[in-house]
Amino acid sequence: MLLRLLNRLGILVASLVVSSVVVFAFMAVLPGDPARVALGVNASDAAVAQLRTDFGLDRPLPVQYVSWVTGLVTFDPGTSYVSGIAIAPQLVDRLQVTLILVGVAMLLALVVAVPMGTVMAVRHRKLSGLALSAVAQLGVAVPGFLAGILLITVFAVTLGWLPANGWTPPAQDPVMFVKQLILPVLSLGLVQAAVLTRYVRSAVLDVLREDYLRTARSKGLTPGRALVRHGLRNAAVPVVTVLGLQLATLLIGAVVVERVFVIPGLGSLLLDSVSQRDLIVVQDVVMLLVVAVLVVNFVVDLLYLVIDPRLRAGAR
Amino acid sequence: MRNTKSKTSLAVVAAVAAGSLALAACSAGSGGTSGGNGGPGSGGTGDAGDGALSIGLVAEPANLDFTKTDGAAIPQVLLYNVYQGLVQLDQNGDIKPGLATKWTVSDDRKTYTFDLASDAKFTNGAPFTADDAKFSIDRVKSAWTVSLKSAMNVVASTTVVSPTQLKVVLSKPSNDWLYRMTTRVGAMFSRTGVDDLAAKPVGTGPYSVGTWTRGDSIQLVRNDAYWGTKPAYKTVTFKYFKDPTALNNALLTGTINVIGTVQTPESLGQFENNDKYQVIEGTTNGEVVLSFNNGSGPMKNEKMRQAVRYAIDHKALVDTCWAGRGTLIGSMSVPTDPWYEDLTGLYPYDVAKAKALLQESGEAGQTLRLRIPTLPYATACGTVVKSQLEQAGFKVALDQLEFPAAWLTTVFKNADYDMSIVAHVEPRDMGAVFGDPTYYTRYTNPEFSALLAKADAGTEQEQVTDMKAAAKLLSETAAADWLFVLPNIIVADKGVTGLPKNAISESFDVTGLSGS
Repeated sequence: MLLRLLNRLGILVASLVVSSVVVFAFMAVLPGDPARVALGVNASDAAVAQLRTDFGLDRPLPVQYVSWVTGLVTFDPGTSYVSGIAIAPQLVDRLQVTLILVGVAMLLALVVAVPMGTVMAVRHRKLSGLALSAVAQLGVAVPGFLAGILLITVFAVTLGWLPANGWTPPAQDPVMFVKQLILPVLSLGLVQAAVLTRYVRSAVLDVLREDYLRTARSKGLTPGRALVRHGLRNAAVPVVTVLGLQLATLLIGAVVVERVFVIPGLGSLLLDSVSQRDLIVVQDVVMLLVVAVLVVNFVVDLLYLVIDPRLRAGAR
Repeated sequence: MRNTKSKTSLAVVAAVAAGSLALAACSAGSGGTSGGNGGPGSGGTGDAGDGALSIGLVAEPANLDFTKTDGAAIPQVLLYNVYQGLVQLDQNGDIKPGLATKWTVSDDRKTYTFDLASDAKFTNGAPFTADDAKFSIDRVKSAWTVSLKSAMNVVASTTVVSPTQLKVVLSKPSNDWLYRMTTRVGAMFSRTGVDDLAAKPVGTGPYSVGTWTRGDSIQLVRNDAYWGTKPAYKTVTFKYFKDPTALNNALLTGTINVIGTVQTPESLGQFENNDKYQVIEGTTNGEVVLSFNNGSGPMKNEKMRQAVRYAIDHKALVDTCWAGRGTLIGSMSVPTDPWYEDLTGLYPYDVAKAKALLQESGEAGQTLRLRIPTLPYATACGTVVKSQLEQAGFKVALDQLEFPAAWLTTVFKNADYDMSIVAHVEPRDMGAVFGDPTYYTRYTNPEFSALLAKADAGTEQEQVTDMKAAAKLLSETAAADWLFVLPNIIVADKGVTGLPKNAISESFDVTGLSGS
């Protein structure tokens, strides 16, 4: 058990190191000079050279890499090239926005997928079950940004029920916050719901074939009751795993959805920073996303060890 | 899928759910009790007094310190609204009083004496005096880092005559200096208010900076201690949209009340045919230049440059790529310049002439590299330029370079191009773009430089005469081709009045706005 834990931890650290090197290397080969972009079109070569020195861009690449990683490990992500402002508070602000978006979208996905998947499993031979399956298939096929554009066109521009875009901090105006959150969460969450529905369906189908359900039925419970009382909690195990894996997809989806809905989250920061060649910010944001995904997967792994006695025994 | 009996699993689901809910419920970002932004859904008729207005723009400032950070986005928000200069530009492009009530120029045109407003105050409570004016002008040379600071190089000395009078002596006569004083370089700072320019600007204007949500919006709040006429709106919020469609949608759904500058003229139909909105069209300083590399390659050949100019059908081009909006000019000057004249007649559309000149030039077989930035007007007009040139027998290779990064390096810094398309939006930039042989246009013409120098040193009448001659020379020698001047198109809710029709200063001036 301990050995397995250490093994997993080792994999986590190795993945982090490798991805940090890859992210840094990508930024190093990106064309364009951050200092020149920061100074604008009328800057003299001398001023650009001076700024490169100030940024530390004139140092050898390995030195730059080490100083960047040292900063990350000590929770100092550095200073933006373009604005000259510390990055840490910006990351915190933007992360809050993106987490709300992703969290609520995930919640929506669960709320839709669990009942829908269950019904699909229970009625998998009936027409209603097949119809739901078809809807889920459609949902998987529609990309988030397209869903977003369609939702804006219908509910904001045509019907005028909701704002087309924007973000209001909940403390400032809770009503507006909710209004502006609905459409982006739908475009992000419904796609996830469709994916998740299929997992729920297959997990519930697996459970339905288990002996203990038959036992429960023989005690006089209706099929529905038996499933709710004994089956769903078991079906939840693989679904939770999938949720962890889905986080990566959700975060990537959020980048696009934030752009469509003009939401100042991590995704918008990432895209703006790439176009401004604010490389240090790009590196920090990408690493933050990488860490989030890797850590969640690590936690899911651990949960598995805790949950599944067969794994604890070391048998696979 | 593995299925295992466990109670933990439900707990995890519950935890994920509860966590998300908690996150959604608790405050993200800073809690503030600001009055929200422009009354979404309200249709945006702010009543003068304590109304709020939201204006949608494209480029967000990186920070609020234009003394150290370049780019038009910062003065667009701050100049005239938060910071004021001794002088400022009006909507016709004329210089009028700002913090200086009047000024006199000596006979040798080197000494300027400014009489200052006696009741002006900074938002930090300090009174504005001649000491602050001297401090601000001197500080451009000592503390500013942006290239624009060179506008103050001509200042020899600044002297405080009295708390309300300042004398500035120039090392040589310069008409341009007073004009530059209307721009961000002339902004007046408080001697006790320059500690945190990037986040907390301190000026004498009718507004101060309120909440700034990075990546989203900057809110200006009315300065109730303002020394002049107080503006009608209590708050004006600038909201930023990278995507033109999102910007249009924000107005259509009432999130904003004004589109400050329309990026997609072809989308105007939805507003023009709707009596809820008004469309205002004015002019800018942005000449959309089809620039040539005068220093090397095929475009070094003057016949070649002239051939290109004859080959472009400007009217058809503007109709195709900018919805027919924008003035045709023919040289590096805009209709609001005092020395403007229409020079489109120098190179009328004439394919036969273009073909003949192309053959004469001896460069006919060369492929011209048209390297354009990924900006809306450039990508839209680049394909039109290419096809028009090909119809006249040119070979053109069109490359789109990512703006700013790739275009800046390839075209701007290394001049590795034959032609490009870029809007030069700075005011009175004839000298900046063509007067410096090391600039990316690589234009070298001593006669032209001499005219510019003479214009700057002469009387205002001489300045007009010499600048006219310079613009004509530039056009005759085909230093570039001028496609059109970017129009300034504003779309707003019907009730909003006092919008700045022309964008010819560096400011989006919101001080005169009011709502009905």
